[in-house]
Amino acid sequence: MSILKLDHVNYIYEAGTAFEHHALTDITVEFGADEFVGIIGHTGSGKSTLIQMCNGLEKPTSGTVLFHGEDIHQKGYDLKSLRCKVGLVFQYPEHQLFAETVRQDAAFGPMNQGLSREEALERASAALALTRLPEELYDCSPFELSGGQKRRAAIAGVLAMEPEILMLDEPTAGLDPKGRDEILDLIAGLRRERSMTVLLVSHSMEDVAKYADRLLVMDDGKLRYHDTTEAVFAHYKELEEMGLRAPALSYVLHSLKEKGWPVGTYASSPEEARDMILGALGK
Amino acid sequence: MEHMIETKDVSFEYRQYDDNGNVETVRRAVDHVDLYVKPGQFIAILGHNGSGKSTLAKHLNAILLPTEGTVWIDGKDTADQRKLLEIRRTTGMVFQNPDNQIIGSQVGEDVAFGPENLGRESSWIRRKVEESLRAVGMEKYRNKSPNHLSGGQKQRVAIAGTVAMGSRCIVLDEPTAMLDPVGRREVLDIAHRLNREDHTTVILITHYMEEVIDADYIYVMDHGAIAMEGTPREIFSRVERLQQLRLDVPQVTILAHLLKKAGLDIPDGILRPEELVDRLEELKKG
Amino acid sequence: MLREITIGQYYPVESVIHRLDPRVKILGTIGYLISLFVIKGYLGFIFAALFLGVVTKLSGVPVSYMVRGLRAIVVLVAITAVFNLFFVPGETLFTVFGIRATREGLVMAVLMTVRMVLLILGTSLMTFTTTPGNLTDGLERLMRPLEHIKVPVADIAMMMSIALRFIPILQEETVKIMKAQTARGADFDSGGLIKKVKGLVPLLVPLFVSAFRRADDLALAMEARCYSGAVRRTKMEPLVFDRVDYAGLAIMAVYLAAAIALP
Repeated sequence: MSILKLDHVNYIYEAGTAFEHHALTDITVEFGADEFVGIIGHTGSGKSTLIQMCNGLEKPTSGTVLFHGEDIHQKGYDLKSLRCKVGLVFQYPEHQLFAETVRQDAAFGPMNQGLSREEALERASAALALTRLPEELYDCSPFELSGGQKRRAAIAGVLAMEPEILMLDEPTAGLDPKGRDEILDLIAGLRRERSMTVLLVSHSMEDVAKYADRLLVMDDGKLRYHDTTEAVFAHYKELEEMGLRAPALSYVLHSLKEKGWPVGTYASSPEEARDMILGALGK
Repeated sequence: MEHMIETKDVSFEYRQYDDNGNVETVRRAVDHVDLYVKPGQFIAILGHNGSGKSTLAKHLNAILLPTEGTVWIDGKDTADQRKLLEIRRTTGMVFQNPDNQIIGSQVGEDVAFGPENLGRESSWIRRKVEESLRAVGMEKYRNKSPNHLSGGQKQRVAIAGTVAMGSRCIVLDEPTAMLDPVGRREVLDIAHRLNREDHTTVILITHYMEEVIDADYIYVMDHGAIAMEGTPREIFSRVERLQQLRLDVPQVTILAHLLKKAGLDIPDGILRPEELVDRLEELKKG
Repeated sequence: MLREITIGQYYPVESVIHRLDPRVKILGTIGYLISLFVIKGYLGFIFAALFLGVVTKLSGVPVSYMVRGLRAIVVLVAITAVFNLFFVPGETLFTVFGIRATREGLVMAVLMTVRMVLLILGTSLMTFTTTPGNLTDGLERLMRPLEHIKVPVADIAMMMSIALRFIPILQEETVKIMKAQTARGADFDSGGLIKKVKGLVPLLVPLFVSAFRRADDLALAMEARCYSGAVRRTKMEPLVFDRVDYAGLAIMAVYLAAAIALP
């Protein structure tokens, strides 16, 4: 069942001037309950604009955005509560931390929702626990945390609003492999335990491939592919032309298949690829 | 042959003082590091965040001075204050955040910043700016504002800024961490081109393993110390050790390693997909 | 909102005004501002407006682009006009809620409006036709005599050029942080004054933190590029005064004299 729907959404910056730019062109897409959707595209492909459409931060030039069937830009629609239900974690979210303590910062969203101070702090603690941030840090200044911890604290700030849909824009940017895996595992865990719908924006296909049920591929403001991960990776040559690097495993399997090997063209992990290759060699 | 860069037993400590001026905590960020770089080499320093690689990098043009040990740049001790400008001119640095290292409001103006600091005459500066913009393929953007450039282009401008000073060695301190794949490619291509064509010594500091497969020699850092060193093939053949060091081993290398463990005759340290495909073909044909 | 502010944005075209030495443009702008305050009557303002029109035409900056910069000060101009209209004593024109608008007030309001508009247009023409780098170079050279009384002119100029470089970056950052906090339910538009000011904390704290971080990075990058104080630096494009520049200065002088002389 669809929770959020973008219906023929177009978005044009500075229409009618020399700077006119089609950031989104005729996007129609639906997101249902308990889904993990990857959105990939190079910088400037429109992927960030797309998710900002979903919580009403940007308004379509034409087309409609529907949340539970209701047009979010109709008169009198409560955008503020929409933003609590469709949570958005921006790129480098640690750059938005501001409060005196980590807990108070995470309580900012719930306070804006109109909850009492106690309730908001409770929500904040619960959200921080979800991100597995050590409890002794809750009352530290957010500026004393390490890079990876700051990012968790910032993500907790969005989780504390208890959104139905969680959108993350490049949540692993600038992290090293361990930090990246920790954040991605955290997101996957949230989805499992909370059956939250997750939209994950990334330019790294390897990041997304492991977790996503389906992929949207954005290029130049258009939705180029919208399919299962496996089907999208079959277009690995086209993806490379779009400035996206297909996972190396796809490359190996495709090359082998072209040379007549009886292997599939998609593996979500090196182990899976190994088994395919061993099978093909009859071992 | 004289070394371009040599560090001998270099350590660096960050010290935190309490209110009375006593040392409260000491954190050793670089721990007894020996590094040898010959002119014209392409060297990579790998390590996860907090492994000390960026602190080490800042020693290579005397932004930081070692707590213990000595750093020589082109034979000059970085602790020698009189040689400071000469050392900084010899090794140019490019940092992680593309926005925070561009000083000029126009591309050409920014590239001129270094040469202007050297106190040379205008015609020399103009020539250097022109040459270095061409070297990184940004000559068309000379009069453009840096704000309208992509991340990769901004980093190329930063590289041009070091080339214009006449740097014979460029230290790239995580230059690609904030870029997308296209920008990453741009920056690496330029670094390799300068290394190949102008024999510029390149030190690339990164946590992306796939960026270092074309390096001449790799140092891997952990807890401030050199944990591994060797050619890319030597380094890439020790998959388990690399994973312990929190590095992202390329999936092809892992796949090759798994296949080898499963009994296939595959050499250690596969770097590229094509290599693996070719070897598997050979195996199949018997 | 922030995108609309065009004051200070260089407009890159080729023109005789763009090529003028920045010192001429700075002095010319000062001269023009002086003229606006000494002009006594309509005739003078018409002359000043015509002069600006001719220079604008020569500069190749489209009038529409110039006028966009005015949007930011519309409110200020309107308030000034209303104050003049109602609070200058004189012959009553009409009354609103018991407050008298006067004929003298009307005259003053019109003159003030014209003066402010010309003032903004005149200054923005300078920034439209001069790159930030050139502008600071020009200021540095003009202020150089102050070095004798130990004013660190070169350092001030360096600070100015860095500030100019980072204004657009911080503007963009402001928009980004505002959006991020809006996504957490923050509301920057509604509520009374106190609520609004309090509401700015989640915007300002991250903005300051980021500005300091950038300053740190930048200092490091400058040091790495052999910066050791602005004094010993040379310039890639040193300023040279040529015939056109002298002519420009002369024209400005004649203009200023005429503006003062006009009734």
